[in-house]
Amino acid sequence: MFEVLIFATLNGLVTGLLLFMLASGLTLIFSMMGVLNFAHASFYMLGAYFAYSISLYTGFWPALILAPVLVGVLGALVERYGLRRVHKSGHVAELIFTFGLAFLIEEAVQFFWGRATKDYRSPDILDFPLFTLFGQNFPAYKAFMIFISIAIFIALYFVLTRTRIGIIIQAAITHPHTVGNLGHNVPLIFMAVFGVGTGLAGLAGVIAGPVLTTFPGMAMVLGSIVFVIVVIGGLGSLAGALVASLLIGLLQSYAIASDLGMPDLLNWLGVSFERDHPLNDIWRLTLPQIAPILPYLLLVLVLIFRPSGLFGKRES
Amino acid sequence: MNILKSTVWLLRYIPQFCVTLAVFCGGQAFAQDPIRIAFIDPQSGTFAATGESGYLQLQFAADYFYNDKGGVLGGRKIEVIALDNKGSAADSQQQLRRAISEGIQYVVSGNGSAVASALSTAIERHNRRNPDQRVLFLNYAAVDPILTGADCSFWHFRFDAHSDMKMDVMTSHIASNPDIHKVYVIGQDYSFGKAVGDAAISMLAAKRPDIEIVGNELHPIGQVKDFTPYVTKIVSSGADAIITGNWGGDMVALGRSIIDAGLDVPIYTFYAAYDGITATLGEAGKNKIRLVHNDYANPVTNDVRRAYTEAFKAKFPHKDITQPRLATLLQMLTLAMEETGSTDPFAIATAMEDMRVTNITGEEVWMRGEDHQAFQPLYISVHTDENVVFDADNSGFGLVTEFSVPAADTISPSSCNMNRPQQ
Amino acid sequence: MFKFAVWIIFAIVIVLLPQFFTSLLSVSILNQMAIAIVFALSYNMLLGQGGMLSFGHAVYFGLGGFMAVHALLGIEDGDYFFSVTLIPLVGGLFGLLAALFIGSFSTHKAGTVFAMISLGVGELIAASSLILVSFFGGEAGVSGDRTYGPTFFGYDFAQDIQVYYLAAAWMFIATLAMYLFTQTPAGRMANAVRDNPERAEFIGYSARRVRLISFVMSGFFAGIAGGLFAVNYEILTEQNLNAVTSGNVLLMAYIGGLGFFIGPIIGAVVLTLMNSVLSHYTTLWMLYLGIMFVLTVMFLPNGLTGFLMMHRTPWHLGKIRLLIKPYIVTSIPGAVFALSLVAMVEMAHSSEAEFVFLGASFNSSGIVSWGVLIAIALGSFIALRRSLPALREAWAQANAIDSGEQK
Repeated sequence: MFEVLIFATLNGLVTGLLLFMLASGLTLIFSMMGVLNFAHASFYMLGAYFAYSISLYTGFWPALILAPVLVGVLGALVERYGLRRVHKSGHVAELIFTFGLAFLIEEAVQFFWGRATKDYRSPDILDFPLFTLFGQNFPAYKAFMIFISIAIFIALYFVLTRTRIGIIIQAAITHPHTVGNLGHNVPLIFMAVFGVGTGLAGLAGVIAGPVLTTFPGMAMVLGSIVFVIVVIGGLGSLAGALVASLLIGLLQSYAIASDLGMPDLLNWLGVSFERDHPLNDIWRLTLPQIAPILPYLLLVLVLIFRPSGLFGKRES
Repeated sequence: MNILKSTVWLLRYIPQFCVTLAVFCGGQAFAQDPIRIAFIDPQSGTFAATGESGYLQLQFAADYFYNDKGGVLGGRKIEVIALDNKGSAADSQQQLRRAISEGIQYVVSGNGSAVASALSTAIERHNRRNPDQRVLFLNYAAVDPILTGADCSFWHFRFDAHSDMKMDVMTSHIASNPDIHKVYVIGQDYSFGKAVGDAAISMLAAKRPDIEIVGNELHPIGQVKDFTPYVTKIVSSGADAIITGNWGGDMVALGRSIIDAGLDVPIYTFYAAYDGITATLGEAGKNKIRLVHNDYANPVTNDVRRAYTEAFKAKFPHKDITQPRLATLLQMLTLAMEETGSTDPFAIATAMEDMRVTNITGEEVWMRGEDHQAFQPLYISVHTDENVVFDADNSGFGLVTEFSVPAADTISPSSCNMNRPQQ
Repeated sequence: MFKFAVWIIFAIVIVLLPQFFTSLLSVSILNQMAIAIVFALSYNMLLGQGGMLSFGHAVYFGLGGFMAVHALLGIEDGDYFFSVTLIPLVGGLFGLLAALFIGSFSTHKAGTVFAMISLGVGELIAASSLILVSFFGGEAGVSGDRTYGPTFFGYDFAQDIQVYYLAAAWMFIATLAMYLFTQTPAGRMANAVRDNPERAEFIGYSARRVRLISFVMSGFFAGIAGGLFAVNYEILTEQNLNAVTSGNVLLMAYIGGLGFFIGPIIGAVVLTLMNSVLSHYTTLWMLYLGIMFVLTVMFLPNGLTGFLMMHRTPWHLGKIRLLIKPYIVTSIPGAVFALSLVAMVEMAHSSEAEFVFLGASFNSSGIVSWGVLIAIALGSFIALRRSLPALREAWAQANAIDSGEQK
């Protein structure tokens, strides 16, 4: 049981930090522009696919740099020529625009790369077990993922709090007009933030693609989870996003690792039911079975009892 | 006045408009028309890869075996019409109505047992309510035993082995390996995943009572981002074989996670090949992944099969023959047509009962009349790059058959109580 | 009076439609449209009239539908004895109950909070539908048979055409009811709360309660649509309450136009047609749908209806004919441009060597074919750009009120 706990923690950490890379970009975009970007996970998918195509020619390492940049540029273009135009029609229109964009990107990916799973692999140099614990390998690539995610968090934190551009961005979040009056080009800042945010999602895709498999449904699997994280953590809060990412990553990992379920609870309570009871499905539920829907349950509960999220300062 | 004029002007063009939208306005079939088969499978969306390749294979088989050799019933060609059901039961019914509107009498489908059972029910009802517009359902891949069991229908024929038959073969193979003592079962949380788990446990208990089932896990279908936590449980359970009914993205991700964790045990699957899966599993899955199926894989010894596969590869270099039984399906259908000299679904269905044909691999296939289930030899093949003549996904890797069960040993008693219509 | 006439015409049209479209397929497309119209209108009660963006509206559609199928099964087993014509009401009532329960906590806030709760609830219900097999039937769904129970004036609903009249009647009643709802004080207050909840509170209305009323009514009509679906298809599966269905209804309402009562109707009709006609011709129809959706959001924020309604001013000024010629001049190169792009997309996607598009045959790997298509696309694009100033000019003229001229 002990080894399961250790590996569950490691897995949860990897997933959580990966989710954070997506959530950080999303929350940055949201806090600046008030746009909940539904297509965020689609940029993550684009990152993986771009990296796959680039790595066919140059190998993994150039793709690690090039693909996120490409995705970021694409994101900036979307902001400049799409979102900015829709901005006039209000927030609902913006949300719906990104919703349509997510739909479109998924279709476009299927058009360009086909529907079959792509054989996108981690680089050979990281293709060894970092350590073996209780008979299970911990791949070096996963350690690399953890390293990249933490580096991104530190860099982002540093940029936002210690640099001039970070201070301007922070100011633009709360007082866009004042920042504009001070002579800063606010639309340019928006575009840059959107580009960087989507670029981060692309980077997450590049490093997650080899592990979580690169296929057209990969955005769908992650899309709403990232939303859940941003909302649970509190809209616009970077620290909240980090905490919520780790929370959800670990929660799911532990839930899967556990073997508990309703039968155990009922045994403990001393209640028993016949097998053909109409609610039999509920009495047989186990934690691993419902692990992937726990985040949604958490989301609904958090929104009911604390609509601003764990760390959020504003409500919508 | 102006409005009235332009309305009249518009009205004059309506018939023409309708001709363009002929599908929408309905049409009628003529006697010397081609024999049309509606292929109702996903052509768009997440599951499109299999539906798309199934359509190409069916049309290719029709051209290769019949149309290029003068057609059937004195020169009529076989035309396959792909109708996109988007993987949904409701859309399948919509497409069924489209097929019926166009006078099509044969429906081929197979991706997903939910869709197949919805189609089977819908066709049974339609044929009962409209005896003059009957339709035949030829199922090439949906494996839920219930389709030829409790829910069997006179109008439904299955050319694939159902999941219990396949599981019987799989457990026999496991039972024959004395090194296996602990088996872990993991599957998607829906009827097929559960059926695989239940069948594996009961059959292993009967064949090798000493084998311990160390885990029977269900995970939500298509929702799992990372299978590593599941693999951790598998590792700590000490399993020395894994059984899974997973398909699509869930199969790839599970396979990769198991291999990445360094777990070196055989993985028994139903669907871990083709459509990008073979390429993705690649070198890492070599000699670990096994697959139960009824399509004899490498080494191909039969000339008909070899020529057919080569011709297909020449036309579609990026596709594979994943469903050779589509050719068996056409064989039985056309033989029934020639025998009865008609295309009437009732006559065809009656003729196909207890029909025996030799398929393109040279094996005899028997369509049992009681429940319309086909019987043919079943195989276990291994994912490898040695001795592979026809690889999958152009990856160099493919399936090599290592265990076979003759058709006679796959027969189990029928539980079908068929409601047979009158002529 | 005019409005009354509109409803009469609407009724006549839906009665006459099956006389023109008689094939089984067209009748089933009409059935699908009737269901989609009710569903899209119910969605617009939330988003268009109440300002509540929901990403989980399929929940009420699906739950209503599942309950309706269970009612069908009950009739079949002889547990209940009532006509199939009342099945949609069963769906509606269950949709209402579900909406009442979920609305009791989700309508506290509008905006992002509401949207996120609807997303979470939608995912929760869709995921649990695969787990709770006894009610939802797992991924195989639950299927029933609509032909049991007492006949309705000799109708046993075995044929689709009979189902059409049932669906059309319910669609007419539901549409009328939803229209009348917009005219009630509750419907008006929904608009007020959407636009400015604080002010609505000041004049004594609880914004939350107004939202809840809209939400519950919307759940009711979504449930009716689900019940109609159950009668038409006789099966409900997990797909009827998942995110794809929720996304579809959003698409219908938005493409049709949120700000108009008729908008979702147009959206439902157009998208149902695209779904069944376009998907028959190309497997890439989802790609085109996505492009169309994004372009609609960008260029027609008020949807197709909004585009039509833009012509009200020129119409009233009697200047609509000024627009005819520029429209034709622009639309010809526009259509050619769009078609040539479509041809290139299809050709790139085609796996066969010979590629036939609109009767013309191309060689999909040949440079000549590509060259021709690119030349056509470029030429028509230039022509399109050239024609735009004239269109703008004509538009300005058509909308200008000249003092000298009589209306």
